[in-house]
Amino acid sequence: MAPVGQACLILALATCGYGIGASLYGALTGRRDWVASGRRSVYGLAVLTTAAFAVLEIAFLRSDFHFNVVATHSSTTTPTFYRAAAAWSSQEGSLLLWVWLLSLWSSLVLFLVRRRLRDVAPYATAVLLGFGAFFTALLVFAVTPFHTLAQAPPEGAGLNPLLRHPSMMIHPPMLYSGYTLWAVPFAFAIGALVVRRVDADWIRATRRFALAAWFFLGVGILLGARWSYAELGWGGYWAWDPVENASLLPWLTGTAFLHSVMVQEKRGMLKVWNVSLILATGTLAVLGTFLVRSGILDSIHAFGASTLGVPFVSLIGLMIAGSVYLVVTRRAALRSEHRLDSLLSREAVFVANNLVLVGLAFVVFWGTFFPLISEAVTGTKAAVGPPWFNRYTVPLALLLVLLSGIGPVIAWRRATLANARRNFLWPTAVALLVLVALLAIGVTESATALIMFVFAAFVVGVLSQELWRGVSARRAMTSEGPARALVSLVRRNRRRYGGYTVHLGMAVLFVGVAASSAFQHARDVRLTPGKTATVGGYEVTYVRSTARVDERDGGVERVALGADLRVRRNGSKVADLHTERGYYPASAPFASGGLVRGLFEGEATSEVGMKAGPLRDVWTVIQPDPEYLNKVIAGVADRTADKPVAQQESAVRGLMAVYQRGVIPAQFRLLVSPLVAWIWIGGLIVFAGGLIALWPAPEAARGRARAGYAARVAQDLDRA
Amino acid sequence: MDPSRKRRIRLVVALTAAVVLAGALAYTSFSASSPAVQPSKLLASANSGRSYQLTGKVVDGSIEKHGNATLFRVRDRNGRASVPVRYVGAVPDPFRNGREVIVTVRKRGGLFEGEKDSLVTKCPSKFTDKPASQT
Repeated sequence: MAPVGQACLILALATCGYGIGASLYGALTGRRDWVASGRRSVYGLAVLTTAAFAVLEIAFLRSDFHFNVVATHSSTTTPTFYRAAAAWSSQEGSLLLWVWLLSLWSSLVLFLVRRRLRDVAPYATAVLLGFGAFFTALLVFAVTPFHTLAQAPPEGAGLNPLLRHPSMMIHPPMLYSGYTLWAVPFAFAIGALVVRRVDADWIRATRRFALAAWFFLGVGILLGARWSYAELGWGGYWAWDPVENASLLPWLTGTAFLHSVMVQEKRGMLKVWNVSLILATGTLAVLGTFLVRSGILDSIHAFGASTLGVPFVSLIGLMIAGSVYLVVTRRAALRSEHRLDSLLSREAVFVANNLVLVGLAFVVFWGTFFPLISEAVTGTKAAVGPPWFNRYTVPLALLLVLLSGIGPVIAWRRATLANARRNFLWPTAVALLVLVALLAIGVTESATALIMFVFAAFVVGVLSQELWRGVSARRAMTSEGPARALVSLVRRNRRRYGGYTVHLGMAVLFVGVAASSAFQHARDVRLTPGKTATVGGYEVTYVRSTARVDERDGGVERVALGADLRVRRNGSKVADLHTERGYYPASAPFASGGLVRGLFEGEATSEVGMKAGPLRDVWTVIQPDPEYLNKVIAGVADRTADKPVAQQESAVRGLMAVYQRGVIPAQFRLLVSPLVAWIWIGGLIVFAGGLIALWPAPEAARGRARAGYAARVAQDLDRA
Repeated sequence: MDPSRKRRIRLVVALTAAVVLAGALAYTSFSASSPAVQPSKLLASANSGRSYQLTGKVVDGSIEKHGNATLFRVRDRNGRASVPVRYVGAVPDPFRNGREVIVTVRKRGGLFEGEKDSLVTKCPSKFTDKPASQT
């Protein structure tokens, strides 16, 4: 099967080359047949990369260890679900996933605009195929997923246990969908600049793709945060790690773009800004992919130093140079049609929101790349930590939440005092009420958190008032019931109410972030069974130790050493928690030191014990004391290393029995985090809003159906 | 005032503010940063009180547990020079002998004290073990 996959990739590269040539020739000579042929090359690329990806997936599912990439990233003991996901845990597989997703999105957008933007589309096609050519060339010449071994090893290395989490199935594809979707508006912006057609048409044609990119990237980032919180055993959801930051950068500039294009659509302003934003976002998306895959910065996500540095830096350099050249040479065409009338207007608030988002992106960019910057300036690599990031991002985030309340309702062009009073009186009253209530109950420890709660209350007040007014107006016009009026209101103005929902979700999410960062209680304690520790007013008792061997297909999948804990507050039971640490065997447990040592020298992961609630999460992980545990393991391992397998297995069971007697102490991390659940709830609200805005409006769908029907009738008449 | 002149003044003010803010950001990043160093560099020149981002590999067999504290040695990625590190709190899941770690440390006597929650162990997102036939 490997030669089939490799042939698909070589053909895909050739298709890209042909498609770029055909699109550019068609655009320059006005030959529509060549343009159409260029577009069909993108469909061809999609078919070929789909086939290549299918070959790789089948190899993973069948555990075909002739494929080097399968042997190094999967094993027969890896559960089927994770075998499918193991494909993109590798460098080669993830690059193939990138180009496959790119080809699908490119095909979709070019199919949708096949009868529109006839001047812009061929150049956009060439740019999209350029990306395709870059990634397929990497897959053909640098890191092929179809490299085979002359003799297949009997067993593979297995998927890293840390990646055995349901999120592995969706987190990377979501991020990559986000990254690749940004290439679509990027390509159309380049096309629009090349032909100097810089009105809002290319924005309208690709708006949904930009929104989808924002949506998928956001879902990917949030899933990563959730994964980190629920799986990684440190209790946090954001660490300002370079790879996290890399995904946040295009999301921030993309969010700015989604706001500022409204100003261009409505008032013909900010054209230079908008093209610059989307060109920057597209470039940051490629930069993000590069950071994830290159290992150039020290990150918890060590995907290993790779040989892809030079090609990626060249591509990013080309993207930046090309973007700057196009914007500078087209600046006359990009002149605004109107001027900003007042600083108290929706345009001005959108500009402010953009400045804050771009400011945030700049902070994150600077902090992320600081090791490289400092090395260039001082000769020493130096890094900035989370406190530095927080110092700048926290005030900017506060400002952003406030603006997300003002922006949706302030008047276009110029706000008057009457307009401000009408829109902001009640929400301000709500915010002040919340402030008084919070001060009354003694929430004074963190000024930042207090301000965030008040601003969030303001946003909720503004949006509730808007919704109330919309529903009342609709009921007055149609005499519908409140629920029906709400549904029709949202259905008829999806973009607007989708946006409101997103703002609401962001306010909720930031309340969760502020509360859980400012008021978290954390303790690291060492306990033996029967002992109790107190954290944030909760008494946590280590009730008993547990030990278990999980087997799969006759082999040991992992050994789990854990603890049952009881959580009480003021004497009454809150929850029973179970946490454990899973030890996965090293790839060849019998090769070095026998089964016992092999079991404990492989990877270990934490299973978090958590009682999640709307007010607070009680969270815990265990780490059996390595000093004691290692001595016991070493003793057992030395005695049994050269014994038959059955005897070694019985030694493992003996070890389990020793652990279960509770003689080995354990280290626990105990956290009580208030309102952390609202981060995930806020995220869900944001994405519900995104879906509302993405969903085609019924009128638009009807309009398209009518246009399609009219076109068919016209064709028939032509033929007749 | 002539509107175009007004706009130009506004633009200059906004750009100046942006440059000043970016300058402040750049300045503070240099003063707040911890230099990333390998053990050999730390051995040669470590100032007490200054924080460093120590990167290197955990020396095989050096991990010891004393109550809440974990003691281990970190060596150069490609070398033998190593420094002792004392870290209080839970260590990350992938923390192991031979693993690459990054930890923010300050010199305290003969030891390097790790900053709480700063220990990062590289999670090998792909297994680096080679299959049996290749080794």
